[in-house]
Amino acid sequence: MTALGYNFGYLDENTKRMIRRALLKAVAIPGHQVPFGAREMPLPYGWGTGGIAVTASVIGADDRLKVIDQGADDTTNAVSIRRFFAKVAGVETTERTGEATIIQTRHRIPEIALREGQVLVYQVPMPEPLFRLEPRVSETKRMHALADYGLMHVKLYEDIARHGHVAISYNYPVLVGGRYLMSPSPIPAFDNPKMDRMPALQLFGAGREKRIYAVPPYTSVRSLDFEDHPFRPVRADAPCALCGSRESYLDEVVVDDRGGRMFVCSDTDYCSTRQATREAAE
Amino acid sequence: MSGLTPGFADPVPAAQACFRALLEAMARPGRVHRLAGLPEAPAPLAPAAAAMLLTLADAETPLWTDAGPVAEEWLRFHAGCPLVAEPGAASFLLAACGMPELAALEAGTEEEPHRSATLVLQVAGLERGAGWRLTGPGIETEHLLEVEGLPRGFLAAWAANGARFPRGVDLVLCTGDRLAALPRTTRIEEAG
Amino acid sequence: MAYVAVKGGERAIEAAHAWLAEERRGDPVLPELSLAQIEAQLGLAVDRVMAEGACHDRGLAALAIKQARGDLIEAAFLLRAYRTTLPRFGASLPVETDAMRIRRRISATYKELPGGQVLGPTFDYTHRLLDFALAAEGGVPEPAPEAPADEAPMPRVTALLAQEGLMAPELPSEAEPRDLTREPLNFPAERPLRLQALARGDEGFLLSLGYSTQRGYGNAHPFVGEIRMGAVTVEFEPPELGFPIELGEVTVTECQMVNQFAGSKTEPPQFTRGYGLVFGQGERKAMAMALVDRALRAEELGEPVEAPAQDQEFVLYHCDNVEATGFVEHLKLPHYVDFQSELEKIRLLRREADGE
Repeated sequence: MTALGYNFGYLDENTKRMIRRALLKAVAIPGHQVPFGAREMPLPYGWGTGGIAVTASVIGADDRLKVIDQGADDTTNAVSIRRFFAKVAGVETTERTGEATIIQTRHRIPEIALREGQVLVYQVPMPEPLFRLEPRVSETKRMHALADYGLMHVKLYEDIARHGHVAISYNYPVLVGGRYLMSPSPIPAFDNPKMDRMPALQLFGAGREKRIYAVPPYTSVRSLDFEDHPFRPVRADAPCALCGSRESYLDEVVVDDRGGRMFVCSDTDYCSTRQATREAAE
Repeated sequence: MSGLTPGFADPVPAAQACFRALLEAMARPGRVHRLAGLPEAPAPLAPAAAAMLLTLADAETPLWTDAGPVAEEWLRFHAGCPLVAEPGAASFLLAACGMPELAALEAGTEEEPHRSATLVLQVAGLERGAGWRLTGPGIETEHLLEVEGLPRGFLAAWAANGARFPRGVDLVLCTGDRLAALPRTTRIEEAG
Repeated sequence: MAYVAVKGGERAIEAAHAWLAEERRGDPVLPELSLAQIEAQLGLAVDRVMAEGACHDRGLAALAIKQARGDLIEAAFLLRAYRTTLPRFGASLPVETDAMRIRRRISATYKELPGGQVLGPTFDYTHRLLDFALAAEGGVPEPAPEAPADEAPMPRVTALLAQEGLMAPELPSEAEPRDLTREPLNFPAERPLRLQALARGDEGFLLSLGYSTQRGYGNAHPFVGEIRMGAVTVEFEPPELGFPIELGEVTVTECQMVNQFAGSKTEPPQFTRGYGLVFGQGERKAMAMALVDRALRAEELGEPVEAPAQDQEFVLYHCDNVEATGFVEHLKLPHYVDFQSELEKIRLLRREADGE
C-alpha cells in the first residue's frame, strides 16, 4: 500500500492479473485486439486510461518512466499522468528517452531509436483500424478472423484514384506480422516506419474501448500501400528552428497574425539534447 | 492446511517482477529468464512454474495439473484457482510429469484466438544452446535454445500448433528458477 | 529567435486546481453547503448520481455532487472511479421488488387494481409555476396527511395478465449473469447484460431513445403496466453461513411496460414486457429503460431490427455517459501533432492539384 491507501500502481492485484493475462496473449498474437475488463480510472476515458492501465500493470519499483503527449514531456496531460505514477507507484520519472524503461505516449514515437529493455506504451482512443469503414464491432471481428481487409484496400485505392495519394496522414493502418490489420494509434504516418522491427516491446491500451494489443520486438509492421504508390511519410519541409534537425517531425508554430510561422521539433527531449550538444560544441 | 508452504513473501512486487520476466520471455521467445523472490513450492513444482501461476492464475482461470494432491492444494490455496480434470477446459495447464496433447487444449477461435490455453511445461534442462533454432516475431534473426526432457514428437505437435494460427496454445518452459516462453508464432527447427 | 516553447504545465495545473476550489466554494460570506443538505434536499440528484455511478451510497453521492459543483455526470464519474477500487466480497441475492415497502405505485392499464394506486411524492400533478414561497427560506411544510397503513398485497400487473395467459412468460434462469464491470461487452449481449448497461446508462440518452420508439423508430405500443417505488431489502449469503443475512435496504424504482406483440410462427399474440429498474426515485429513467429494453428484444422476438433503439451495439456502446463524456471531451486535449500531418497532407494535395 502506498501512503494514499491505494495499491502499488493504483490498480488492485486482481485487475492487474486480468490485464497481465491479456497482455501476454496480445504479445503471443501480434496485432490482434484482446478485449479486457477495463476499469474506471481516476482520469477520464480519452485521457489515456488504457495506457495508464497497461503501464500500471507492467511497472515496478525499479522502472524509470517517461510520459509524452504530442512528443513533449511538458504538455499538461503528460505532466498529469507522470505525477499520477510518481504518486501511486513512487517510481522515478525521466524526460530522457534513452534513460526510460517504460515510455507512455500519446500520438508520437520518440525520434531516437528505442532499444531492447524498453517498453513503449501507447494510449489508444480507437483500436479498431476499420471503424470508419465499418462501425460494428461484431462485423470487424469477423473481418479480422478472416483477414478480410478488402474494405481498407478499396478505401486506399479510391483515395489514390481521387487525389493521386492515400489521403491518410495519421492513424495510417498497418499490417502486423503479415496477418493483422492494426491501428498504430493516431501517430502521424511519419512515425509508422519506426514501428517496423523495433527492438523495444510495443504495447497498446484502449481503455474506453476495452482492448489491448501488442507488437513484439523485431516484428514486421508494414504501412498498407500499393506497388505503384508506395507509402510516403510526410513531414514539414523545413529544419527545426531550435536545433536545426531536418530529420525530426515538426510542430508548426504560428508566430503572428500575418502568416508568420516557424517549425520546431515535436520531440522535446530530442530537440533539447541536440541544442545542448550544439552549445557544448561551440 | 498444516504443512502448507508459503507463497510469495511479498506478493505485490514479486508478482510484478515475475510478470515482467514473463512478458519479456513471451516477447523474446526462447530467451531464458532467471526469476528471483520465488515461493517455496512443494515438489514436484518447479519454483519458476509455481511463481508464474501465483502471478497469473486466480478464480477466473481454471487450472489443470498433473502435479499431484500436495501441489494442487498449494495452488488452490495460494492462487485461488479452480482445478479441472479435463485438459481442454483449462486456461492454464501445469504439466510436471509429461505433456498433455497440444491438440486437445483450448486453442481459442478465429475471432477470439486469445481465449486459448497457456501450457506451463516443466522440463529437465533449459539453456541457450545448439538444440533448436527459433525464428518468428520477437526474434531479430534467430535464437538458439537447448531443451531437455521433452516428449518424442514434440516438434511435430508444435508445428501443427503453429499451423492453425491465429488459433493456438502458448507454451512456457520451466525448470528450477528459470523459464523461457514459446508463443504460438515461434517456429522451431532442429539446429544442425 | 524569440520563440520559447511553453513550459510550466505543472504550475498551470496547480493554479487551475486552486481556482477550481475557489469557484466551488463561491462567495465565502454565504454558508457552505453541507452533505446532509445535499442528501436531504437534492435527493433526486443524489439518486441519479447513484444510478449512473453504479454505487449505492447517498453520502458519497452527495460528496460527489458537492465536489463536482453540481455537474451530475462529473459526480457519477467520481463515484464510479471510487467504486472500482473497492474490494468485492460477493454478490447480493436478487432483490424482491414484490416485497417492496411501497411509497408510490401506479398503473396506467387498470383503473382499479388490488392494492390500489398510490400517488406518492410526485411532480405529476403539480402546476409548473415557479413557487416564490420557496425563495423565502425558513418555511417548513405541513406534514402530509397519512392514510392508515394498508396491508393488502400489491400483485404485479404483469402477473395479473400472466394468469390469463396473455403475458409472455419470463423464463427463470439460475445461470450466473455475466458482469459488465468485469468483462467487456460481447455481442449478441444477453438480456441481463443489456439491463446492467441500461441501469447505469445515461438518463438523457435513454430518454431520447425511448422517445424515439414512441415516434415510430422501433414500432412500440407501450403501456405503463406498473411503476413502483419504495424500499427493498438487500440480502447477502456468505458461503460459510449458508443462509442469507440482511445488509440493509435501498430505495429503487421499477417500471414494467406492457407491449403488444403480434405473435410469430411459434408464439401466439400476447403482451411482452419491457423492464426498468434504477436506484432511488428515478421514474423517468426507469420508464425510458423499460422502453429501450423492450426495443432491444426485437431480435429475440423475431421483429425486424431497423431503429436505433433496437440496435444492441448502437445502444449499449453509447449509453454510458462516463465513457461518452470522456471521449467527447478528450477532443480538447492537444491534437496538434496529427493536425500538423493533416496540414502537410492537404498542402501537398493542393500543390499537386494547382501544379498539374
